[in-house]
Amino acid sequence: MTRSAAPTKGTGTASDLASPPGAAKQRPGDRWFSGTALFAGSMILVTLAAVAIFLVAQSLPGLSATSEDASILSGNFWDYVGPLVFGTVWSAALALLIAVPISIGVALFISHYAPRRLAQGLGYVVDLLAAVPSVVFGLWGIGVLAPAAQPLYSWLVDNAGWFPLFSGPVSSTGRTILTAAIVLAVMVIPIITAICREIFLQTPVLHEEAALALGATRWEMIRMAVLPFGRSGIVSAAMLGLGRALGETMAVAMVLSATGVVTFDLLTSTNPSTIAANIALVFPEAYGNNINVLIATGLILFVVTFVVNAVARWVVGRRKEFSGAN
Amino acid sequence: MTIAAPQNPRNTAPEPGSGPSAPITDSINLERASLSLTSGRLPRWVPWALLAAAVGLTLPVFLMLAAAEASEMHVGGWLVSAAVIYLVLIFTLSTIVESRRKAVDRLVTGLVAGAFLLAMIPLVSVAWTVVSLGVARMDADFFSMSMRNVVGEGGGALHAIVGTLLVTLAAAVISIPIGLFTAIYLIEYGRGRLARGITFLVDVMTGIPSIVAGLFAYALFALFFGPGVRMGIMGSIALAVLMIPVVVRSSEEMLRLVPNELREASYALGVPKWLTIVKVVLPTSIAGITTGIMLSISRVIGETAPLLITAGFTASMNYDLFNGRMQTLPVFTYNQYVSQGIPAEAYLDRAWASALTLIVIVMLLNLIARVIAKVFAPRSSR
Repeated sequence: MTRSAAPTKGTGTASDLASPPGAAKQRPGDRWFSGTALFAGSMILVTLAAVAIFLVAQSLPGLSATSEDASILSGNFWDYVGPLVFGTVWSAALALLIAVPISIGVALFISHYAPRRLAQGLGYVVDLLAAVPSVVFGLWGIGVLAPAAQPLYSWLVDNAGWFPLFSGPVSSTGRTILTAAIVLAVMVIPIITAICREIFLQTPVLHEEAALALGATRWEMIRMAVLPFGRSGIVSAAMLGLGRALGETMAVAMVLSATGVVTFDLLTSTNPSTIAANIALVFPEAYGNNINVLIATGLILFVVTFVVNAVARWVVGRRKEFSGAN
Repeated sequence: MTIAAPQNPRNTAPEPGSGPSAPITDSINLERASLSLTSGRLPRWVPWALLAAAVGLTLPVFLMLAAAEASEMHVGGWLVSAAVIYLVLIFTLSTIVESRRKAVDRLVTGLVAGAFLLAMIPLVSVAWTVVSLGVARMDADFFSMSMRNVVGEGGGALHAIVGTLLVTLAAAVISIPIGLFTAIYLIEYGRGRLARGITFLVDVMTGIPSIVAGLFAYALFALFFGPGVRMGIMGSIALAVLMIPVVVRSSEEMLRLVPNELREASYALGVPKWLTIVKVVLPTSIAGITTGIMLSISRVIGETAPLLITAGFTASMNYDLFNGRMQTLPVFTYNQYVSQGIPAEAYLDRAWASALTLIVIVMLLNLIARVIAKVFAPRSSR
């Protein structure tokens, strides 16, 4: 009868017959089950905290190391990691530059251009790209893409060498940062496409039909109704793709012939390496303080991708609150 | 009262782009408009005819170029130039016959379709390369031998296949219960700050680079076993870190799809909450959850980088997850490629063969997942 007492009392005493019907009866099974679920949920917290703590603990000696402690360093730690950070950001940015327009095109094709019956099948086909393991992309990039692209590169250097990015001498193997960026782009296209497709399909049908009814062509309809609606979704999809491209390891490690310099040249044989690829290449033979240095670079990669992903989530979250779609 | 429909002069005026040569074009437009409703439009076959013409006309040019240089024909250059010529043709023709706006629409249609075809090129190329180069070593030896004491030709990937299966199985055993129960917590129990925090952290975990997961597993074990430690279980833990968020996400989606009426009906019959979850909610969503789990397995089974720095590589069989290095298929592929011996051909063949094996496994998992989703999907029409 006294409803105010129910929530506090009902949870504590299980066999209280006098408790009003609103309060759930607590059984041992219930407690076990909810306890297990709570434990599993907390495991996520614990895991992530452990990732952060162990990485920091193992990288502290590396952060302050110099060439005397660790043989892979030539100066201090920041001299070592600087070119790697540059290479990571530069290759990911190039990959995104290639991937975003193509992904938007593919997503539009599947959501608004392809015949309805084909659309879902085409979506599966694009998803297949995401299922190919990265090591296979690495093999493909080095065995097929690099030789195929090399003639194009030498043509570019010969005919467009005045453009700063294309200055020579051209790489004879084709294993340049542009090739690595293309492979990365292929790997992030399915991710960006999947999100863009979802968002384009959520465009209110009434908006689209209103645009068409006013006499807009299909492209004008897309420009007026679909793209403005999906803008923040496209941004966050691109950010998620960026997060993936920053952390991608094997494809870059295999394709790129890296020398650890800072250069914007796309087509030469001296290329900046990336953090992830550098770890994969150096770690198996590393010893002593070198391991700590490599883990410290991994920590920096973790922080960078964390920030990128957090911004992407924030953009998505903001969109959910303010869009009139739901 | 309001009969006077505002006559917008724009509706009747000629297109701004069509120029000031008014009288003649106007009369032509009028005449055309009076003939049929579809006047001023290109027939449906025109784009296809233009496309065929562009492809057909550029073919002899590139054939001649190839003949002049006595080299193979550049297929990529041919297709790209055909596409560019098609776009230019359709744009001009449409501008002349239809209007500027229609022309832009057709141009964009061509570009969008081109983007899709462009994205298909790597998929087809990867599939073709891996299959054509991989079948060379798809023999009995490859699936029944390890690389122990093998130099040069011969040998197989049995140790890598066994290692991949064991490591992935252990990762699944770790991450499926945690992931599933976390999803149950978030959907059925979670409220307030803790649930929101866990949701956020799952998002963060989704973005962990695979190599960082490997470094975490290494850092964890190096603390207890000293530096330089390599074990199969380390790889499993690294993979589990990557797999848990995927399992949570997909299971969460599926549990959310279960209608609340089912839960309420069960509560109304006096069934406890945990039994409701076990007997009502999970069976309803089990198909979707299984699909999600299969897809998450197929995602981590191809991971190379974390295994490279945790499970290491070896040439021998190792069935013990807790003792010594363990070879896995992706690392085997990478290793065969990177440290080529003599003859290099044998090493490359093995690399491609194991890449093919890996892709077949991943595709099978994907296929099974889709089939499960299709067959066991809850019947909605009842």
